[in-house]
Amino acid sequence: MSNNTQAPAGFTHEKVETSNFLMIVLILLVVAIGGLVEIVPLFFQKSTTEPIAGLKPYSALQVAGRDIYVREGCYNCHSQMIRPFRAETMRYGHYSVAGEFVWDHPFQWGSKRTGPDLHRVGGKYSDEWHRIHLTNPRDVVPESNMPAYPWLEKNTVDAASIAQHLKALRTVGVPYTDAEIAGAGDAVKGKTEMEALVAYLQGMGRSLK
Amino acid sequence: MDKQGAETALYNDTVVRQFSLMAVVWGVVGMLVGVFIAAQLAWPELNFGIPWLSYGRLRPLHTNAVIFAFGGCALFATSYYVVQRTCHVRLFGDRLAAFTFWGWQAVIVAAAISLPLGYTSGKEYAELEWPIDILITLVWVSYAIVFFGTIGVRKVRHIYVANWFYGAFILAVAILHLVNSAAIPAGWMKSYSAYAGVQDAMIQWWYGHNAVGFFLTAGFLGMMYYFIPKQAERPVYSYRLSIVHFWALIFTYMWAGPHHLHYTALPDWTQSVGMVFSLILLAPSWGGMINGMMTLSGAWHKLRDDPVLRFLIVSLSFYGMSTFEGPMMSIKTVNALSHYTDWTVGHVHSGALGWVGLITMGSLYYLIPRLYGQKKMYSVPAIELHFWIATIGIVLYIAAMWIAGVMQGLMWRAVNADGTLTYTFVESVKATYPFYVIRALGGLLYLTGMVIMAWNTWMTVARGRSARVPVAVPAAA
Repeated sequence: MSNNTQAPAGFTHEKVETSNFLMIVLILLVVAIGGLVEIVPLFFQKSTTEPIAGLKPYSALQVAGRDIYVREGCYNCHSQMIRPFRAETMRYGHYSVAGEFVWDHPFQWGSKRTGPDLHRVGGKYSDEWHRIHLTNPRDVVPESNMPAYPWLEKNTVDAASIAQHLKALRTVGVPYTDAEIAGAGDAVKGKTEMEALVAYLQGMGRSLK
Repeated sequence: MDKQGAETALYNDTVVRQFSLMAVVWGVVGMLVGVFIAAQLAWPELNFGIPWLSYGRLRPLHTNAVIFAFGGCALFATSYYVVQRTCHVRLFGDRLAAFTFWGWQAVIVAAAISLPLGYTSGKEYAELEWPIDILITLVWVSYAIVFFGTIGVRKVRHIYVANWFYGAFILAVAILHLVNSAAIPAGWMKSYSAYAGVQDAMIQWWYGHNAVGFFLTAGFLGMMYYFIPKQAERPVYSYRLSIVHFWALIFTYMWAGPHHLHYTALPDWTQSVGMVFSLILLAPSWGGMINGMMTLSGAWHKLRDDPVLRFLIVSLSFYGMSTFEGPMMSIKTVNALSHYTDWTVGHVHSGALGWVGLITMGSLYYLIPRLYGQKKMYSVPAIELHFWIATIGIVLYIAAMWIAGVMQGLMWRAVNADGTLTYTFVESVKATYPFYVIRALGGLLYLTGMVIMAWNTWMTVARGRSARVPVAVPAAA
């Protein structure tokens, strides 16, 4: 390449690889395109931005439960995304649609099913079943390899910070009213983390009619 | 930075030594956590009812530790070494370089404390909470200034090909981190993603796939383009191929994210675009593999008695394998079976253990003795032993996960003649136990290799002393 004594005609890669500035600018341009094309339109496509009819924001207790779901990393083993296959809709229920997730910050679709999908787990089992299962999964499912969460029953939800959490969610677009934010602390006061998590699980995937 | 005239004539290898040693340390730690959580999947009682030992909190610690601590330190170390040698100049900004080291270690320690405590943003491979994200941004901007600053003051006309890859890795990771980590704080160490649902998912996997594409591929190709020619004592096979596959690789990778979201609520058009680009990606990926492999032309015999070269070349074989498997799994019909199963985990680890791990180990085995004024590592037989233990470990790991994954996929979709499901979910869990045990064993072997490397490094460093290497004058400017 450097032995090339001819004056190169027009644009050659020589120009790029001898210029720090050109290298940086071209890399930035080249890597920006894919994301722009795939991401930006999603903010303007109706099917991905509009809530389905009847979708309600999570209650204060459910937000507290979802915080626990995220904290314990449930998404590492459970998806919340039912694909439109017969075997999958038979096992889990109606396939998931975009409008069900418009207030999910962050999304919790997951990428691995070490355990089953949870998107429509709401109402499938009793509260009591969830309590026993979360405290020690093997008491109800002997072959399960899910961790036990005995501390959920002992910890209480932090009522002092929950209003701030709802407020932050409102900032990013979840339509909470002032009254809901004001009443959030009282709504979760004295509740255990178990009650909050079960409230979240029992509400999951039930808006789609 | 030019305080003393004598200092400027030397390469800044202090920061390279620091990052190299920490890469070894974090390698051991990250893989240890990996083996522990692998064992938890086979024996769930292993979290002992302690919140910060539970799988859901430790798995992000494992991924962050091996990718950003082990891989990250290795990338910092090698990029700083390579950019100085190929630009014939001392690293730009001594203090800033030192800040990148201490800043990055602070990020890692913060991750190691906050993740087990349950502080997480809940987005895979980007779990760290907002105060740590801000520190990452500061370190990364400093990294870019040091790296491109060094290229800016180079004493040779051309920017060497390894630096294109390191440069693209630094710039792309900056963009990915900034966009994906956007969040609204809801308190100290708690935040909510700025995006929701479909947009959040697309941005997350645009980030997630390119953490693979740039952090775990482009950066490590930079390593490949310096250390393979060096260790083989042969020039890079094809200059033209390196240009073509470089631009094609960095362009195409950025489109491939949606294959993580096949058949989800992500619109079909995005899934299809992602699949097409994932298939195209095979070409530039193999371009890099071929360029590295063919560099050995006329030097193949060296593989017989040079275990360091063997690490480097076998890593490329795994790179070729997983970059074939990846496009295949991105085909929607294949993905319908493989997605959500342990096949994906096997695929990731054939890339992570085989490609990223082995090329890093090979490069560090080249680097460490030179940084401490030695000709080679303290024990070459130990390198040999490490190679074989690691390779057997990888094969056990990925074979177990392939079988487990395909089995799970088939069990989940199996239906009886009357149209009902054949298996309950937990039957697939029960059938997977033996494979979880084999996987844990494979991981344990790989970790054992890493511990041997740590011992070998310790002995090499103890017998050597920090080398002071003068900046080489370019042969013909």
